[in-house]
Amino acid sequence: MRHTLSIVVADEPGELSRIVGLFSARGFNIETLSVGETLDRRWSRVTIVTSGDDRTIQQIVKQCERLARVREVQDVTTSPHIEREMVLITVSADAGAARQEVLSLVSVFRAKVVDISHTQLIVEASGNKEKVDTFIELLRPIGVTDITRTGYIAINRLAASNDHHLERMLS
Amino acid sequence: MIAQQPIRTPIASHPEGNLLPIGPTGAEMLINALVFEGVDTIFGYPGGAVLHIYDELWRARDRITHYLVRHEQGAVHMAEGYARATGRVGVVLVTSGPGATNAVTGIANAYMDSTPIVVITGQVPLHLIGTDAFQEVDTVGITRPCVKHNYLVREASDLAGVVREAFHLARSGRPGPVVIDIPKDVSAARANYSRLDHVAFPFSAQSPPVDRQSVERALAAILNAKKPVLYIGGGIANSGAHETLRFFAETLRLPVTPTLMGIGGFPSSHPLCLGMLGMHGTYAANMAVAESDLLVALGVRFDDRVTGKLATFAPNASVIHVDIDPANIGKNVAPSLPLAGDVNDVLVQFLSLIRERDAERIRKSIQTREAWWDEIRKWQRLQPLRFSGSQNQIKPQSVIRTLHQLTKGEAVITTDVGQHQMWVAQFYPFTRTRQLITSGGLGTMGFGLPAAVGAQLALPDQLVVAVVGDGGFQMTNQELATAIQYKLPVKILVMNNGYLGMVRQWQEMFYDRTYSEVDISVAPDFVKLAEAYGAAGFRAERPSELHDVLEAALNHKGVAVVDIVISKEENVFPIVPAGANARDMIVQ
Repeated sequence: MRHTLSIVVADEPGELSRIVGLFSARGFNIETLSVGETLDRRWSRVTIVTSGDDRTIQQIVKQCERLARVREVQDVTTSPHIEREMVLITVSADAGAARQEVLSLVSVFRAKVVDISHTQLIVEASGNKEKVDTFIELLRPIGVTDITRTGYIAINRLAASNDHHLERMLS
Repeated sequence: MIAQQPIRTPIASHPEGNLLPIGPTGAEMLINALVFEGVDTIFGYPGGAVLHIYDELWRARDRITHYLVRHEQGAVHMAEGYARATGRVGVVLVTSGPGATNAVTGIANAYMDSTPIVVITGQVPLHLIGTDAFQEVDTVGITRPCVKHNYLVREASDLAGVVREAFHLARSGRPGPVVIDIPKDVSAARANYSRLDHVAFPFSAQSPPVDRQSVERALAAILNAKKPVLYIGGGIANSGAHETLRFFAETLRLPVTPTLMGIGGFPSSHPLCLGMLGMHGTYAANMAVAESDLLVALGVRFDDRVTGKLATFAPNASVIHVDIDPANIGKNVAPSLPLAGDVNDVLVQFLSLIRERDAERIRKSIQTREAWWDEIRKWQRLQPLRFSGSQNQIKPQSVIRTLHQLTKGEAVITTDVGQHQMWVAQFYPFTRTRQLITSGGLGTMGFGLPAAVGAQLALPDQLVVAVVGDGGFQMTNQELATAIQYKLPVKILVMNNGYLGMVRQWQEMFYDRTYSEVDISVAPDFVKLAEAYGAAGFRAERPSELHDVLEAALNHKGVAVVDIVISKEENVFPIVPAGANARDMIVQ
């Protein structure tokens, strides 16, 4: 099963490679990875999407917790959370029907056109896994020539808003 | 509070150092921080990147004694021997590049066997890092997978704090190695002191508190078990739990089986001890585990040399797993009752709970296990450890028996890895914790001799014997010079069969006797080699002379090497083939 881990680690040189090295040394899988600073700049948050059965995930969490500079490891997946990824997509589409199709998909997915030339567009989209994957799949037959994905970031939902309808309304 | 060392007024600045005369150098601060940690012994080997540190070390020679080794791997194994013999943190100092890479085997060995050491490595100056400079290697990168933590120190003013935290990490929780990589210009730079006693480490590793309810459930399970076994490991020595364990096992009359690392955690000849379990464990220990209904795992990690095939390991047993490292629990075997915490704490709680129970309940619990003991005694009678004697050839097992007899079971023994190691584990009944110092997890040839040197240094009044093979001996025999130089009278028993014995045994048993590259009979004369180093050399070739030769060597005042020519194709039995279980055990 797919799990999203949120790891708070000291913002020091080499700490990211300690985490990544642990995953490869122990044969754990990394599907996506993203890193950024937290409110307190001395700490970074590393978000890793991985997969495995419950025991494997528990092992990953415990092994990460052993690292001296890791403050906290949370399996975000175990409680209500919001997960987002951003993607930049280059689509080949001349002025005409193809471009109109791209633009209407952009509007449906609440994406953005961030660059344009005579033959190509770059569009930016964000959302959960299903949304980003579907968007790419729908653009693909038109002519996707490149994509760059950020990897997922995640945050736990507020206690008062643990409601899936609310998430849909807001997204 | 500790009195601060007077700051020397700088006269000349080092060419690569900070020129501002505003405080002590990094090297001075390092030495002071080490003294603050109680370090009085360093094993090391100098080189370009640690020149500033060695210069300072010379000035501090009345406070810290440096032992000059002959190869950096030897330095780390000595520090391990020192740490394993005493529980103190062993300290190593080596230079950058090859100095650091030569130390890696020892660091990995300490990591696998949870041995507290701090290894200080020199590094090229900061501005040269990343330029493929002379003797540059990414030490922090290379050692990352086999340390508890490592540091590249970029500011001299960080040194005191780094050293403080490094020692804390090395000895706390599950002990292990920590590496401090110090660029040459950082050890030369002058900086303001950070007061040693005020260094805060916000990342301190806490021992997990023991969950009282789980302890109660665990004890209830033990009292109700019909066929329990205590499976003990290196955690007993590290938590100092041997006495509590003995009292606990005796109170409930529970059978105990140690892993290789657990040997000595419970007296080997105690009537409750079944001997070692696992690949070369006793028949009784392996059968008891296979048949048990409750496996109480204390300070162990369910290594594959213990479990064999996991799916069929202790198939009928519930597992209670006590370990200080939460990541060890559930790594290989999912216990029905995980208990993260210090083994001694848990055993003390067991005992206090037992005192609260009425004696009748305890008596009944012991009584219900009489049938279990009958079964165990049957296995012990059926397949005791044994070997066939010989009139013409020295049997390695009889060497260990004779060694045991001559040392009255009191010697501290170190070993390499392989057949001789297993014979020591099987035929030398150890009486106390920290008495057997062996390379368990990594299985490092060449560990025994330098580990003995380190142990001898820590225990000057005890007899320290390295039992090694002719293969392992030749990997680190240069440390004989270190033993001679510092008058550390270790005794080295070379179990010489001219083969890489354990590999040969596997080739004989599992590869149709295809002896592929295991013949090492072209070797130096070990007696002459010993004498060339200034040690005494002895040789035993016939069973009739074994006792007297061994006795003479053990009584020799200085360093002694005994070349013992043993039966060439002896095998270690019993053996559970890799990936099999107790029932597949080959006993003869």
